[in-house]
Amino acid sequence: SEPNPPVVGGARTLLVPNTFEEITHYNNYYEFSTNKSAVAKAAGQFITTPWVVEVSGLVSKPHAFDMMDLLKIEQEERIYRHRCVEGWSMVIPWQGFPLKKLLDLVQPLGTAKYVAFETYYDKAQMPSGKYAGIELPYVEGLRLDEAMHPLTILATGLYGKPMPNQNGAPIRLVVPWKYGFKGIKSIVKITLTDTQPPTTWNKAAADEYGFYSNVNPNVDHPRWSQADEQRIGEYKRQPTLMFNGYADEVASLYSGMDLKQNF
Amino acid sequence: MRTAQQTLWFNKVLVFINALVPLCMLAWDGMHRQLGVNPVEFLTRIFGVLTLMFILITLAITPLRKQFGWGFLIKYRRMLGLFAFFYGCLHLITYIGFDRSWSLSSTISDVIKRPFIAFGMASFLMLIPLAITSTDKMLHRLGAKRWLKLHKLIYILAMAGVVHFYMIVKSDVFYPVLFGVVLAILLGYRVYAHGQKALPKKKN
Repeated sequence: SEPNPPVVGGARTLLVPNTFEEITHYNNYYEFSTNKSAVAKAAGQFITTPWVVEVSGLVSKPHAFDMMDLLKIEQEERIYRHRCVEGWSMVIPWQGFPLKKLLDLVQPLGTAKYVAFETYYDKAQMPSGKYAGIELPYVEGLRLDEAMHPLTILATGLYGKPMPNQNGAPIRLVVPWKYGFKGIKSIVKITLTDTQPPTTWNKAAADEYGFYSNVNPNVDHPRWSQADEQRIGEYKRQPTLMFNGYADEVASLYSGMDLKQNF
Repeated sequence: MRTAQQTLWFNKVLVFINALVPLCMLAWDGMHRQLGVNPVEFLTRIFGVLTLMFILITLAITPLRKQFGWGFLIKYRRMLGLFAFFYGCLHLITYIGFDRSWSLSSTISDVIKRPFIAFGMASFLMLIPLAITSTDKMLHRLGAKRWLKLHKLIYILAMAGVVHFYMIVKSDVFYPVLFGVVLAILLGYRVYAHGQKALPKKKN
């Protein structure tokens, strides 16, 4: 079995990671399939080499980073809770690096307030995309301070292996205190902006998915409760933690904000 | 030579066994840990879909009888309807047992809080009187007229069931819409047939 890796980043209790099989066979990646169990197979042939991530917008040094170079940045392991907006959760041992490291390389301008992300979209490789019911390419966004937070990482793999296609190969965002859909997969574009960027699920249903989408057991989704969650591999539901258990680290980012309004 | 009675019996066993095939496949997959990463969600969803499918199959009997003159189909309708109830029970058990941890209060508050659960629950509750009154004895006791009236509930519960399915889905509404279209055709046929009956027959 896997050795128990060190617990990093806001985890007060020991987190037992889900199995590699669980993490790689229960995925929301609508470009490949809307069936979580079918994504692994549907994404099997996805070509991710070569891969370039273009970072531009309100920065002094815009740059198109080759994936090979991004892998030269020191990779750390982070064991994070992953809470899906649908009410299930996992514990995932990611590896990757803080997004801040990449942003520091391009030097955001003083006018930059937000970071916008975009997923690769190729209709030929992702034929299910047109049935997804959401507008593609998938886009996401963070406030700059959220993006610069030490818990926010760009993940390049899990369980010590390169990122599996179905989990967002070759590089994806992980923001552990937000619902999983904020963790945009297979990133090709990162743009710093001065206005709040549009996000895919917000465009699809603004009353259900807000820009912030912080994990919050006190603010229900209009169609289901967010008070508890089903940890994959366990049968009994458990209470969902404020900010997914990372309140000590991130609550200050939202001080003074009405989290019911800014859901 | 088999008698007509024996043929009917044989056919009923055939329908019965076929209706249990999905359950056997699920049991087999369950024993081999092939129900996926989230077996609870998978079973709940499959039992729900099977319930709707058997409701639609039950509703298809009348149009098929009338349109193609397959009167014999009526003999299998009760069993098909009861299978809808059977899979509905399994759907409810997986939901109350796993999603609600067998808590009645949690189930009730969930029904109140979540409209899609309310639609599903209403649909299931309407199935109960239909299952109870499915026997010949109950038919006689109620009288054919009242019995038929009561069993028109299936139109309402089928609609509630499809709405229930539609409301859970996040964005890919293909399957709920497909069920909705089939239901619309089956109910639309009845409206059409009723209209035809109401019209005076044309003279040749």
